[in-house]
Amino acid sequence: MNMLIYLIPVALFLGALGLGAFLWSLRSGQYEDLDGAAWRILSDDKPEDG
Amino acid sequence: MSCCAPGTEGALELLGALPSAEELMLSARDLGDGRKQTDLGVPEVYCGACIATIEKALHDLPSVERARVNLSTKRVSVVWRDVVNGEVTDPVEIVRTIVTSTGYSAHLFNDAEEASDAMKAKLLRGVAVCGFAAANIMLLSVSVWSGADASTRDMFHWISAMIAAPALIYGGRFYYQSAWNAVRRGRTNMDVPIALAITLSYVVSLWETMNHGQHAWFDATVSLLFFLLIGRTLDHLMRERARASISGLARLSPRGAMVLGADDSREYRPVSDIRPGDRIAIAAGDRIPVDGVVESGASDLDVSIVNGESAPHPVSTGDAVQAGMLSLTGSLVLRATAAARDSFLSEIMTLMEAAEGSRAGYRRLADRVAQVYSPAVHLLAITAFLAWGIFGGDWKHAMLIAIAVLIITCPCALGLAVPVVQVVAAGRLFKNGIMVKDGSAMERLANVDMVVFDKTGTLTVGRPRLLNAGEVNAQNMTLAAGLAAHSRHPLSQTLYTRHTGVVPSFENVEERPGEGLQGFVDGRCYRLGSRRFACGSDHIGGAASSEVVLSVDGAELATFRFEDRLRAGSEAAIRDLHSRHLSTAILSGDRAAVVERMARRLSLDTWQADLSPRDKTDAVTAFAADGCKVMMVGDGINDAPALRAAHVSMAPATAADIGRQAADFVFMHESLSAVPFAHDMSRRAGSLIRQNFGLAIGYNVIAVPIALAGYATPLIAAVAMSTSSLIVVANALRLNHMRAGEKEVIRAESADLDMAPEARTA
Repeated sequence: MNMLIYLIPVALFLGALGLGAFLWSLRSGQYEDLDGAAWRILSDDKPEDG
Repeated sequence: MSCCAPGTEGALELLGALPSAEELMLSARDLGDGRKQTDLGVPEVYCGACIATIEKALHDLPSVERARVNLSTKRVSVVWRDVVNGEVTDPVEIVRTIVTSTGYSAHLFNDAEEASDAMKAKLLRGVAVCGFAAANIMLLSVSVWSGADASTRDMFHWISAMIAAPALIYGGRFYYQSAWNAVRRGRTNMDVPIALAITLSYVVSLWETMNHGQHAWFDATVSLLFFLLIGRTLDHLMRERARASISGLARLSPRGAMVLGADDSREYRPVSDIRPGDRIAIAAGDRIPVDGVVESGASDLDVSIVNGESAPHPVSTGDAVQAGMLSLTGSLVLRATAAARDSFLSEIMTLMEAAEGSRAGYRRLADRVAQVYSPAVHLLAITAFLAWGIFGGDWKHAMLIAIAVLIITCPCALGLAVPVVQVVAAGRLFKNGIMVKDGSAMERLANVDMVVFDKTGTLTVGRPRLLNAGEVNAQNMTLAAGLAAHSRHPLSQTLYTRHTGVVPSFENVEERPGEGLQGFVDGRCYRLGSRRFACGSDHIGGAASSEVVLSVDGAELATFRFEDRLRAGSEAAIRDLHSRHLSTAILSGDRAAVVERMARRLSLDTWQADLSPRDKTDAVTAFAADGCKVMMVGDGINDAPALRAAHVSMAPATAADIGRQAADFVFMHESLSAVPFAHDMSRRAGSLIRQNFGLAIGYNVIAVPIALAGYATPLIAAVAMSTSSLIVVANALRLNHMRAGEKEVIRAESADLDMAPEARTA
């Protein structure tokens, strides 16, 4: 029982981190162009901003 | 043409390839601080090299701040400054850069589209939150099932309750709003039982928790909501994406026009602001925005949009012209006789809407089922509650069974059965360059038995091809090319683009609309045009091809014969359609000789020529009255009412705006094999939908009696319902792995046999 007092909040916090990361990725447009992203990793050019 | 092809400057010479600077300025979004953003469609990009080429070429322009290609939606988004180092930027440079660097066409979109789809983002966030809640509650539930002692179990239940509450409100709000809207009007829809189910199960679980009960069903509630939201998101994606992609294409519609003031001042105004009586300046290459009368000037007009005729039509002062016609050779000043909404275009749209009304009777299968389902579910749940309560005596148990019934009859699988297949099918079609407007289009395509084609622009690409190049000697060819360079007439363009090397320069070149070109070299008068213009003698016979004569001082040097080029893959596509037992026909506004020749060449079953838009619609209706389900493939405004009257329709992306909006499918690649491919996909999608319905209904048939008999707790009900949804989705995904019976749509390669060698691909 003593352990649960801090283990459960830890678990929930980690879950919330995951949720936050997903919501951030949604907002920052990571899913806008999946095909293009797949090709861009192969590009040899210098990285550009944005 | 492939991308990254050198020497593609020839592509620029094609008629009307680039939007005007005024159009680009008007449609660019102002970001403030002197920066503007323009979004262009480039439907032909397909690989990483295309991205790199376009972005690099654009970044090399001094005015461009940022350019990014989106390969999934096939668009490029450019942020540019309108003043750079004191120089005003010409936005056409941006479009030209894209075209010359890759050889692909780029076009503007119709209206300023919202970059973000707000509803989709909301749904996805709801899915994420419910997924998080479901996973964490399940975590706690597992420990409870594994035998936690009473106090731990209580604590876990309370924590689950606290996680579930916000998730329920955040994720469930779509259902609550929809259910409330329906109940307020005294009706029920599919969302009412869902809203009831989740609320009741939460309330009962909370009550249990407060009384230190052994079971709670927060996990059932939230995972139910999670799967339901996934289904709803898929459905939304299907509808929104299809609608946005079709309306986003704009290739030929003039966005605005140059209006002349009383003092001859020029002002570029949007088309909707043009009033009858305004004087409009039309330059060579511009499309006429509204109906009007020519006040001054003369030109040849491309009227193919109106009646499908491939031969340009000369006009001069006093002639009436209609919106949609393209001015080829000269500049005109028009007096508008109608506002845009009263023009010929709008008449066609009214005709279309009239035909639309008859199609509204075809309602989607899923909606029809939904109407009956919801009241039935409620009835069943109430009956179960009362029956168990009265005969069993245990009202709490009765309540649980009623909730289980509500959950298990949840139409999740049924609701998913159709959209998920349509999303997968639409995705597969899109990968092959075909865009579909809505799911019912695929259902309709699956049961056609006749395919009707338009000629110009559909079976042919609207670009003439020189037939007798072998008969003309090289020197005459060079002379003709030199003279033809001064005109935008499609026949001249063909002569010019197929020539390589140096062309002689002519003096005093004059273009006479309806007749031809005249130029001087060393004092000798060269003419290129109709036989009467070039040699003074009349044209003999009604040949099935267009003729252009080159003469010097009135004596004939050479005759060029042209034919409109057939779209790539036409013959194979027609053969394919025949092998599927579909009959074919061609309906065209062009002359009988030309149409018959084409029908014979492609071995089509029937042909009709010299048809006006109304005649075409009548022909389609006549076929339909014979009991055939007709698919119409057409491109121009003159086809639009026929497109609507047909059972299902398809248009190429080169079609006029109206044609694209009227059609259910739009195919972007040049090859006609899109037609049999779309038919194949629709057939397969149809069979998968039927399988899914079978699975969903079969699940209901098995599961509902189990719930009624009291063997299902809400948790089991939620798991069973989710499993059925997953099975339906997995079945739909099979479509991605089905090999198309025939080859996938071939990207157009070699159709341009007439392009100069440098312009051809490696």
